[in-house]
Amino acid sequence: MSGRFTWFNTTSLTLGFVFLYLPILILVFFSFNESRLVTVWAGFSTKWYVELFKDEAFLDAALVTLRVALLSATMATILGTLAAVVMVRAGRFRGRTLFSGMIYAPLVMPEVITGLSLLLLFVAMGIDRGFWTITMAHITFSMCYAAVVVSSRMVTFDNSLEEAATDLGCTPFQAFIKVTLPIMAPAIISAWLLSFTLSLDDLVIASFTSGPGATTLPMKIYSQVRLGVTPKINALSTILILIVTMGVITASILTKRAEAQRKADERMAEA
Amino acid sequence: MNISSAKKPSARFEPWEDPNEKPLVRFKNVTKRFGSFTAIDDISLDIYEREFFALLGPSGCGKTTMMRMLAGFETPSEGIISLGEDDIGTVPPYKRPVNMMFQSYALFPHMTVEANIAFGLKQDKWPKNLIQERVEEMLSLVQLRKFAKRKPHQLSGGQRQRVALARSLAKKPKLLLLDEPLGALDKKLREQTQFELMDIQEKLGMTFVIVTHDQEEAMTVASRIAVMDDGKIMQVATPEVIYEYPNSRYVADFIGDVNIIEGQLGNRTEEGVKLSWAEGQPEIAIANNTSRSENENACFAIRPEKVHVSREEPVDADNRIRGQIDDIAYIGNLSTYYVRLSNGMIFKAQESNRRRLANREFTWEDQVWLSWRNTAGVLLD
Repeated sequence: MSGRFTWFNTTSLTLGFVFLYLPILILVFFSFNESRLVTVWAGFSTKWYVELFKDEAFLDAALVTLRVALLSATMATILGTLAAVVMVRAGRFRGRTLFSGMIYAPLVMPEVITGLSLLLLFVAMGIDRGFWTITMAHITFSMCYAAVVVSSRMVTFDNSLEEAATDLGCTPFQAFIKVTLPIMAPAIISAWLLSFTLSLDDLVIASFTSGPGATTLPMKIYSQVRLGVTPKINALSTILILIVTMGVITASILTKRAEAQRKADERMAEA
Repeated sequence: MNISSAKKPSARFEPWEDPNEKPLVRFKNVTKRFGSFTAIDDISLDIYEREFFALLGPSGCGKTTMMRMLAGFETPSEGIISLGEDDIGTVPPYKRPVNMMFQSYALFPHMTVEANIAFGLKQDKWPKNLIQERVEEMLSLVQLRKFAKRKPHQLSGGQRQRVALARSLAKKPKLLLLDEPLGALDKKLREQTQFELMDIQEKLGMTFVIVTHDQEEAMTVASRIAVMDDGKIMQVATPEVIYEYPNSRYVADFIGDVNIIEGQLGNRTEEGVKLSWAEGQPEIAIANNTSRSENENACFAIRPEKVHVSREEPVDADNRIRGQIDDIAYIGNLSTYYVRLSNGMIFKAQESNRRRLANREFTWEDQVWLSWRNTAGVLLD
């Protein structure tokens, strides 16, 4: 396998990774800066982290974001799963193409348009904007992602499993709960995680649909940055990166373990 | 009809011959349509208790629909399906004393072997100790006690098949449905499993209905076979009758190999009837096993293994035709000779290879005599 790390390969790899990760490294690095200025190093300190946890506004925003994300991810997963079941199970019916097309359309819709149209809707209906409107907006767009994730798993689901359950005495509803849901669980969990991340992430739609008293973390960060960046933002970003990284690593370890377990099981079956 | 049963030479099991016997399952003028497509076309059929009944036919013949109506996954468009005294046409699957073993086995992947077998019992709210007992019993029946704690994907194909069987038997159904149960197994294992299935069926005294497209499988396991085609039942009979006395060209052709000769019936004599079928070919003598009238067009069917091939003219044979060997299919234990008659027809004759290949009597292009007794074939419509 000689020649895998040629001069050219090494350089392009390094450049690529630098391009991807240098900004993030700088951001993390300056979160530990003593100075108020984000570009001048003045010694190591964790004081911005302490500041961050003293800042009521930031904590409030974090709490709102978390609540919105939890609620909207859960609702989106439930609705998305139901939509996926219909799309995969119902077979051919009039307007099936239209229906599935309409489920996927918001995936490619510019966020600004989604946000704006939701804002107009809420105004027209005279709904006070705030926590609930953000949540509803997030349910609307992350539901599509959930439906896509669940339905891609659903198409490989063997329907005879559910039939077997009814044959053994389950009503169709019991069969769904006892057999279909547990088997679909991994897809449903990843749909939930995806919806959760999307909601956590969102700035555009939240800005359109939020009102006084309900500011999400991305909105808070954005408005702070406009007034000038403080290392507090760096500290906050570092914490977010840490959480996301830990999530990704945990998820990949879990899948790897499941894979190894499955392979070991198959060896056992052949023995 | 004078047929000796190969299966149970002593006490013969033939409830269908007894007019006082009540069938367990009765299809009465059942039709099933899917949109404009008729899957089952006005079928009436009785299946008796303790039968091992096979629904046999090519794919798309409606055999699976019949089974799914018995399981409750489909409801008949017309007609009545009864189980015992009850009309079960519209009873949902979870309320029928019928269980099914699925072609894909449909084992629950998130449950152990034990939990799979116990699933139906828990659903019926059996007491815990009885469930435990029953699961143990089923595991011993299919010889999987060691594998109780494993998950389905930790088992081989044959073991999964046995778990599926155990799970479908656990609830002691009045009727067990088997949908192509051995389709996923290799040939050796399939043959072995056929006998296991028969043993289990006999031991438990249950009624089994099997759907298969494999005629050998149906012949091996079944007490009676229904040959289906295009939503209709062509013939229902024991494997022996289906093979030796097919009632139609379709059945004769579908089960095993056959030579079919079309011709015209001559005068009836004491010995039987003669069929003239081609210029310059001797008439075929057929023993008197038919009620067909004289001078009628008819089809004569004869199985290749009932035709004898010889070099010398067999002077005392009822029927003999001369031909030339066109091709030989050697499959080890048997050879099938494709013999071309003087009118161009290819006639199949099968001989078992009692001698080694090097000592074989005939080879390509040889002139041979084909001969058979007048009782060897049947007349069809």
